[in-house]
Amino acid sequence: MKNPEEILELIKSNFPDFEVTFDSSMPVEPIISIDPVKIHLVAQFLKTNEELLFDSLMSLSGVDDANGTKTKEEDGTETITGGTLSVYYHLHSTSLKHKITLRTSSNRENPEIESVENIWKTADWHEREAFDMFGIIFLNHPDLRRILMPYDWEDTYPLRKDYKNPEFYHGMKVPY
Amino acid sequence: MYEFLTNLIGNEVLAWIIIAALPLFVVILPYALVAIWLERKVSAHMQDRLGPMITGWHGWLQSFADVLKLLQKEDLVPAEADKKLFNIAPALVFTASYAAFAVIPFSSGFIGSGAEIGIFFILAVSSFAVAGILMGGWASNNKYSLIGAMRAVAQIISYEIPTALVVLSMVMITGTLSLEKISAMQTGYFWNWFIFGGPEWGLTKFLLIPFMLVGFLILYMSTLAEVNRTPFDIPEAESELVGGYHTEYSGMKFAMFFLAEYANMFAVSAIVSIIFFGGYQSPVGYLGDLFGVSWLIPFEQLFWFVAKGLFFVFVQMWLRWTLPRLRVDQLMNLCWKYLIPYSIANLIIIGLISLI
Amino acid sequence: MALKTEEMILNMGPQHPSTHGVLRLELEIEGELIKNVKPHIGYLHRCFEKHAEAMTYPQVIPYTDRMDYLASMYNNFGYVVAVEKLLGIEVPERVQYIRVIMGELQRIASHQVAIGTYGLDLGAFTPFLYLFRDREKILTLFEETCGARLLYNYMWVGGLSHDIHPDFIRKTKEFVQYFRPNIQEVNNLLTFNKIFIERTANVGILPLDAAINFGMTGPNLRASGLAFDIRKEDPYSIYDRFDFDIPVGKGTVGTVGDCWDRYYVRVLEMEQSLRIIEQALDQIPEGDVQSAIPKRIKPPKGSVYTRVENPRGELGYFIISDGSTSPFRVKVRAPSFVSLSVMGELCKGHLVSDVVAILGSIDIVLGEVDR
Repeated sequence: MKNPEEILELIKSNFPDFEVTFDSSMPVEPIISIDPVKIHLVAQFLKTNEELLFDSLMSLSGVDDANGTKTKEEDGTETITGGTLSVYYHLHSTSLKHKITLRTSSNRENPEIESVENIWKTADWHEREAFDMFGIIFLNHPDLRRILMPYDWEDTYPLRKDYKNPEFYHGMKVPY
Repeated sequence: MYEFLTNLIGNEVLAWIIIAALPLFVVILPYALVAIWLERKVSAHMQDRLGPMITGWHGWLQSFADVLKLLQKEDLVPAEADKKLFNIAPALVFTASYAAFAVIPFSSGFIGSGAEIGIFFILAVSSFAVAGILMGGWASNNKYSLIGAMRAVAQIISYEIPTALVVLSMVMITGTLSLEKISAMQTGYFWNWFIFGGPEWGLTKFLLIPFMLVGFLILYMSTLAEVNRTPFDIPEAESELVGGYHTEYSGMKFAMFFLAEYANMFAVSAIVSIIFFGGYQSPVGYLGDLFGVSWLIPFEQLFWFVAKGLFFVFVQMWLRWTLPRLRVDQLMNLCWKYLIPYSIANLIIIGLISLI
Repeated sequence: MALKTEEMILNMGPQHPSTHGVLRLELEIEGELIKNVKPHIGYLHRCFEKHAEAMTYPQVIPYTDRMDYLASMYNNFGYVVAVEKLLGIEVPERVQYIRVIMGELQRIASHQVAIGTYGLDLGAFTPFLYLFRDREKILTLFEETCGARLLYNYMWVGGLSHDIHPDFIRKTKEFVQYFRPNIQEVNNLLTFNKIFIERTANVGILPLDAAINFGMTGPNLRASGLAFDIRKEDPYSIYDRFDFDIPVGKGTVGTVGDCWDRYYVRVLEMEQSLRIIEQALDQIPEGDVQSAIPKRIKPPKGSVYTRVENPRGELGYFIISDGSTSPFRVKVRAPSFVSLSVMGELCKGHLVSDVVAILGSIDIVLGEVDR
């Protein structure tokens, strides 16, 4: 059983040239931030390291940080440009009983994050959901399709903070 | 019966029509309505429910109401279906189960046809239903129907083998294929039934009893499978195949499949009771004999026959509401690895005993 | 020479008697043999996560009811635990006890549906109605307490919507007495039925390492042989005060992790829940259930991931607060969503009939899969 600080030290010592930051300013849980194109390497390490053995991915959540520049449109809605989309990984070890939260952020215009699907199978559907809801592209995911929304939904991502309902869906008027 | 009607009406053709339609209206339809109501009440009471209670006393008119509803329903034919076959199939299935009633002796006074090869006729005609089922499943142009029909055909044809083998062993003992003669042999009291070794006293009677029991169990199980009832209802397994071969049928065509199922249930129960349980023979003697009124006897026989038949129908319902369903490969296993070898062994042993 | 057969695509659902809701399974079959299974979900997607961003914290609670509608109490429970952790408030003892009692009653009710419908999937109709008869008694208890039978909105942040009524403890004790022998009845009727065992033993085997890798939790993980229960592992509320066992799959009639084990773990869990309820009923203190409800719920900036042991497994709420009165992001880690993803893996090489058996054994609720 290790606390988050010890886990951070282990990651830092094994990946000395990676940009790993620790955010304990939030009141409840500390979060380790990792570069989006290196997340799978760190994940593989976390799963296989003898002292960590994070064999279970509890949850994988996409988040729209909404930290870009907001421009008001004429109809009162907002459009966000710039800023980041993040993915949070909540890991747990069934044998060593410790938990950790990872975060990785990618830019909003071209959100590309390495998939961890081949490390934890749980990530398969969760990554599809994050793709579906936020448009985050998971590189090397074998089957990145929409999952909750219809397969023919146009390129809008409903959980983004600046999401607008489409006018029409298959010729049916949407806002009523 | 036929002579009686010919004399009464004076026209042979009309008499034939009446005699052919009589079992349908006198026996099968009322029986099916009662059986469907019974099934609902039996299942309801087994499951701590009441079942239908509104239409009539304890809902006894429910089946009539249902038939009326089904008659008024729109007759849907899927656009992609093969219409001719789709329409013929339910009639064929119903005909097969209806035809079986022709040779069943309901009592010594009411037999549609006293054909010498009665039991052979039943086996032959009931396998005719397979053609109807396959036709319906194929013509529906629905994948569930097709899978259901394929399962049904595989199942019914397989289970005919143990049925025929058990029947064959009984034919060896009785020396006749006529259901009427088999029934007549078991006259007297219940110890003369074939399940208790038959009417002849002696060593063979007691040697036969265990093998008769085995034969009865095999026959009952395989006939249960032939009428597609739980635990062998895989052709219409509603949790897997929605409705099986009759998924696409609606209205009266669906009702015909339904009626055929219930008619079949009674037909196989009747065969079991004729072969092993004395058919229309009373287990305890007749009131007609006691009071010297001979015309009462056929009616008493009818009562006993229907009572025995309904009892086995009740057991079928009982099993249905208690057991889960087998899987298709396990069903085939049961037939080919257990029932058929056992019934062959049973056939040989009964043959040897009857030589003594 | 092998006969060449053509593969067929069979669409099971979205309207099908045994997909437990609106699920579409695309089966690639050869004869009756499964080559591949692709689940298609989303038919019940009601945008819970998007709605939650527009609601204040207490307004989200009724939406949580509607996710896993067979275990609404527990969905409330998970959410309020998460928000309370974010707020950092202490909840009165009495509230904690009532929550545990309600949660465990809900677990029994949920398992009753799971077991009953599993029998139904395999063609046994009667156990289903027996279990629904008993579930009715639990729903009556809920109805008497909070007025609702399915969607309760009972647990509030810091408290409860109503206190229990004076008869509740007596009636619940009566229910525990009544229901305990009925578990045996289910065992006699279904669990140890020869045909039932034939249908479920050695079918859909999920080895432990695969179960963990796929993120299976709850009864599905325990059936694969790991005694992992969040109530013991990572205790929330007051679960550390009660004495109960964690049933695990032992492969009694087949292999560890088969459908029968997944089913039987649920049967055994009902017994354990009864034990917890009995202990909680004896210890429940007096008090006010609404004293700790904050007037204005405005958590500080931050994020929290809490998990509770829902009847179907680990129900996780990941809540990010931006310091306003409504959550910035609510992500639900739904146990059914994760369990369903293993379907394709489990079904390979089985028959069409087994798909139904496997789907029933992982016990999903589509309301929660799609949220």
